Amino acid sequence: MPLLDIDNLSAGYGGKTILDGLSLSAERGDVVSLIGPSGSGKSTLLRVLIGLTPPTGGTVRIGGEAISYADKAGLKSLRRRMSIVFQQFNLFQNMSVLDNLTLAPVRTLGVARAEAEARARDLLANVGLADKAGSYPDQLSGGQQQRVAIARALAMQPEILLLDEVTSALDPERVGEVLETIRSLASTGITMLLVSHEMAFVREISTKVVMMDAGRVVEQGSPAAIFKTPTQARTKSFMQAIIRH
Amino acid sequence: MNGDLFSPETLAFLAAALGRTLWMTVLGCTIGFVIGMGLAILRRTRAPLLAPLRWAAALYVETFRRIPFLVILILVLFSVQAFAPDLSLLGIATIAVTLAATAYLTEIVGAGLDAVPRPQIESAEVLGLSAFDTLRHVVLPQAWSVILPPAAAFMVMFVKDTALASHLGVVELAFAGKILVNKGFSPLVGFGAVLVLYALISWPLSRIATYLESRLAASRHR
Repeated sequence: MPLLDIDNLSAGYGGKTILDGLSLSAERGDVVSLIGPSGSGKSTLLRVLIGLTPPTGGTVRIGGEAISYADKAGLKSLRRRMSIVFQQFNLFQNMSVLDNLTLAPVRTLGVARAEAEARARDLLANVGLADKAGSYPDQLSGGQQQRVAIARALAMQPEILLLDEVTSALDPERVGEVLETIRSLASTGITMLLVSHEMAFVREISTKVVMMDAGRVVEQGSPAAIFKTPTQARTKSFMQAIIRH
Repeated sequence: MNGDLFSPETLAFLAAALGRTLWMTVLGCTIGFVIGMGLAILRRTRAPLLAPLRWAAALYVETFRRIPFLVILILVLFSVQAFAPDLSLLGIATIAVTLAATAYLTEIVGAGLDAVPRPQIESAEVLGLSAFDTLRHVVLPQAWSVILPPAAAFMVMFVKDTALASHLGVVELAFAGKILVNKGFSPLVGFGAVLVLYALISWPLSRIATYLESRLAASRHR
């Protein structure tokens, strides 16, 4: 049984369809990369999965259990199993790095403060920012903020981590450090669903690559299959356009 | 009170008037701030069940911001006297200040809440924080620095509007000036004293506001 099973999922805003009956699954430990042109629905898919944009149809199952996005209890249990990192980091500006990491575990998971802090310090050490626990977000570089954001998402001990273009807002020089963090994360066996335009990275890290267009899955398979021997015309043209520059 | 502005009784008289002005302003605006914050939060809820309350809050705010303060004073005077004829004029004026301040401060607090970037709230939401925790730990700490300067400016401005309570017969500062003149002080001396006292209370109020602002705005912004 797949850990994450998305079946015939639809979503849209104001009469506009963004996700059009999308189906996709991920086994535990998979690193699934979503690629495709802008507007193909990659980021919307992640927003729907985490419950920020309501689905208009279809089902999402985690460990076989259907998620009910319409009620608070459903969203609450969902967010204990799934966490997201945004393109713009979105760290809480009014609190220290340590508080950013401990607030939700203490308030929503009921973890004791001391325990949450110890865990937060471990996570910060893992992303190479042990010395920044007392800093505020605006004292950190973009790359550092994004690594804190990843640590904050992990502090919730999710089974599934969603990463939404997490390097797109960074200085080119800072991209590497964040990719390195994700790379070491992948080796821990956590299940990840990521949207990225870093094609070399996608190819290296993914267990599965999903080509999306117009709110649907065009084609999916191993990185080698999708990058080297795509079968669909849309994937081929996308690959050619990417390779050209 | 014969001629000497610095006689103990004149000073006591002015101090009492000053106290009434301060009382109306500080108490009215403080209560108004607390209720205003409640209304601002209420107006930003989305639960369908609260819709009638949201509607009532909107009606209240839009109405009371459009009525001159003097009219609010007179309305409160007549409605309160029907229910609680024993309430002092100062009490009535304080209620009127509270009603007006609530309407304005609801808007000021609301603008502060709206200034917190949407992604901050979404981040709290996806981490599973409750609406209350989000408000308390994420939104309000970031909204303070936007709310406080205009809220303080409103209060300092309202010190002056409380002079209208003299129409009800509340012996606040402006009325005290008039009484001094009636008692034989030259208008320049009587109202000069009042002017100095208004300046004296506005100044520390502004200072307190600046202090609070710098302390609470320790919450950092991008």
